[in-house]
Amino acid sequence: MIRRTASIVAALTGAAFLLAAAPVLAVQDAPNKKLKIVSSLPQTGSANAQTTSIVNGIKMAIEERSAMVDGFKIEFEAMDDASPQKGNWDGQIESANAKRAIADPTVVGYIGTYNSGAAKISMPLLNKAGLVMVSPGNTAAGLTKPGLGEPNEPAVYRPSGKVSYFRVVPADDIQGAVACEFCRNDLKAKKVFILHDRELYGKGIADVFKKTAEATGVEVVGFEGIDAKASNYRSLVTKIRAAAPDVVFFGGTTQTNAAQVLKDLRAGGAKIPFVSPDGTFEKAFIEAAGKDSVTKEQGGVYITFGGVPSEMLTGIGAKFVKSYQAKYGEIPEAYAVYGYEAGCVLLDAIDRAETKDRAAIIAAVAATKDFNGALGTWSFDENGDTSIRTMSINTIEDGAFKFVRTAGGAAKAK
Amino acid sequence: MQQTVAAAEFLAACALSRVDAVSGFARDGLLSSQEVFTQQLVTGLSNGMIIALIAIGYTMVYGIIELINFAHGDLCMLGAYFALTVVGALGVDQWAGTGGIMGLVLVLVGTAAFCGSLNWSINRLAYRPLRKASKLSLLVSAIGASFILVNLGLFWGGLPMDVFADGTSSAAPKAFPALVSAAPAAQIGDVIYSRTDLLVLCVTLPLMVALTYLVRFTKLGKAMRAVAQNPTGASLMGIDVERVIGASFFIGGSLGGFATVVYSLYNQTVSFQMGYRMGMDAFIAAVLGGIGNLPGAVLGGILIGVIRSMSDGYLEARWTNTVVFGILILILVFRPSGLLGAKLREKV
Repeated sequence: MIRRTASIVAALTGAAFLLAAAPVLAVQDAPNKKLKIVSSLPQTGSANAQTTSIVNGIKMAIEERSAMVDGFKIEFEAMDDASPQKGNWDGQIESANAKRAIADPTVVGYIGTYNSGAAKISMPLLNKAGLVMVSPGNTAAGLTKPGLGEPNEPAVYRPSGKVSYFRVVPADDIQGAVACEFCRNDLKAKKVFILHDRELYGKGIADVFKKTAEATGVEVVGFEGIDAKASNYRSLVTKIRAAAPDVVFFGGTTQTNAAQVLKDLRAGGAKIPFVSPDGTFEKAFIEAAGKDSVTKEQGGVYITFGGVPSEMLTGIGAKFVKSYQAKYGEIPEAYAVYGYEAGCVLLDAIDRAETKDRAAIIAAVAATKDFNGALGTWSFDENGDTSIRTMSINTIEDGAFKFVRTAGGAAKAK
Repeated sequence: MQQTVAAAEFLAACALSRVDAVSGFARDGLLSSQEVFTQQLVTGLSNGMIIALIAIGYTMVYGIIELINFAHGDLCMLGAYFALTVVGALGVDQWAGTGGIMGLVLVLVGTAAFCGSLNWSINRLAYRPLRKASKLSLLVSAIGASFILVNLGLFWGGLPMDVFADGTSSAAPKAFPALVSAAPAAQIGDVIYSRTDLLVLCVTLPLMVALTYLVRFTKLGKAMRAVAQNPTGASLMGIDVERVIGASFFIGGSLGGFATVVYSLYNQTVSFQMGYRMGMDAFIAAVLGGIGNLPGAVLGGILIGVIRSMSDGYLEARWTNTVVFGILILILVFRPSGLLGAKLREKV
């Protein structure tokens, strides 16, 4: 009896050992050498049009290399980090996505997230596991830059102490400042009323806007967080009318009710320019706002964006837009090219990495220098930020976005 | 590239000069504090009347079968999609927003009929089979119905119609055309009484009067009151209890239908998620006024609207929910059955 038990224990131990070793073996000895890239973006909800075009961009980057890098086959899976209940990113799902990517040993790159709030959740998980994360859309400054967000940022996202998060889009410390300068110089604003959605991204950019306004002599007559689920903001509009600002700035996204704020401003009789950041730079915003409230006669809508819109891209970027149009039959949404760029830079790093393990790939992404991509020639700095600082101001005309001018630029770098 | 930038800058300059030409506000001077107060009151009353109309549907169902109908807000949401579809089918241009009184009446009545029938059907399919089951099962059934309605709304928004932007994004909030222009109906000083404020008043007041008449002076109303008091007793007196319950679901639903059209015209947005907030506000209003009590629901709705508006206006917007629930708790501590609620009767 005892001998039998012992042999069962031995057999079980052996089996457990084999099981534990199996994934390691799979990577090293796989005959058809496979590597996997995943993306995690909110695809249930109104950001869907935007995020689908980001996924298309990533797919195009992979297809351009015929899904082969340095003898390895590249697989891709697009994960959704939104839930139908929220219609927006959901922390629980984002966390599950990150854990799933970590658990799959063939995954060597994580492209995401779209929302800065979601990045806050997956960044520490992926960092601890040593999996590289490249974001096509996060702009909250605190995610990478010390001193601009909470006191514990960005160290709190880097439990391993190393930088494993990179973004191809310029951060909000630049965007918020650009938006404020636009209000001061172009819209001749002397008084601004600032609203935000109380999320990491929206409040972050509103804070930068406020700081810039105060530093440049623009009076901030109001600074208020809204309830992103309220049915309307008429009372707030009365408050805004009483403060009589020249411009209203809203730090937030389409998903946090930007269009409703705009509509209520117009319905409440406040015909002043409405300025919002790139979280509203998507067709869904115009669709939700309706054509009447976005016109110049109603005060105008101006949207800052951490780059230039698709149709203003040059070189490789223009080529990308052209082939995107040929393939999908429409002009890509603004962030598609960032999906493409994130894919390209990740594949390029995988190509350069000596061994194809996660650590080597992080090192290769970090070493990206003078990368010649769709957004121009750029590098990642020591925080994981892009060296690009060009921004654009856009407006809405005839129910479509219209480029106004570029802003920011290298000269304004601090 | 340089040329395009220059051209764009020129265009921007042109555009901006136009912005400057339009004066931002109706008058250069600031609103006086009294004007601000009046304007907030108008906003609060308008929002409150809409909440009240939805709350009536809540409170009616509770009064009769003691069910907190969690699907009620989502029923209204679906009504908004119905209204938007009708508006689209009538060929009203989504952007231009021209539409006549006839169209408006058609949309109002159509949506009310739709919501009423839907509410009646939900009662027939999801609640009536559970009449003898515990109240908790009924509640779970209501939550289930709410989920189904939300997902129907999500599906509806993806239909290939112009008003839904050809369904490019089913979840995106849709713009509801401004059939009633947002232009002021009257302006006294700097206080704007918009046409939508007027619309809210013109739709909600007659409905409330009509409902009061129905409940107080008609045979059906008498039957409804009887069933609310004692269903067994009512059935012994020859009242068809199920028919009366069905009728109150229909009436409550159609009031919700009227409310949702007014809501959509007032806010100009339709989204599959709006039902949650509509239902929540209405539920609080019903509880505040005394659930089961019709004038209480109206009073509660108006109070919630005004409290929200004043809190947004005089405190910070982020405190509004805290203020609303704080006041609710305070009132319930001193009047556990709500402002106008009667003492809870024992039902055996």
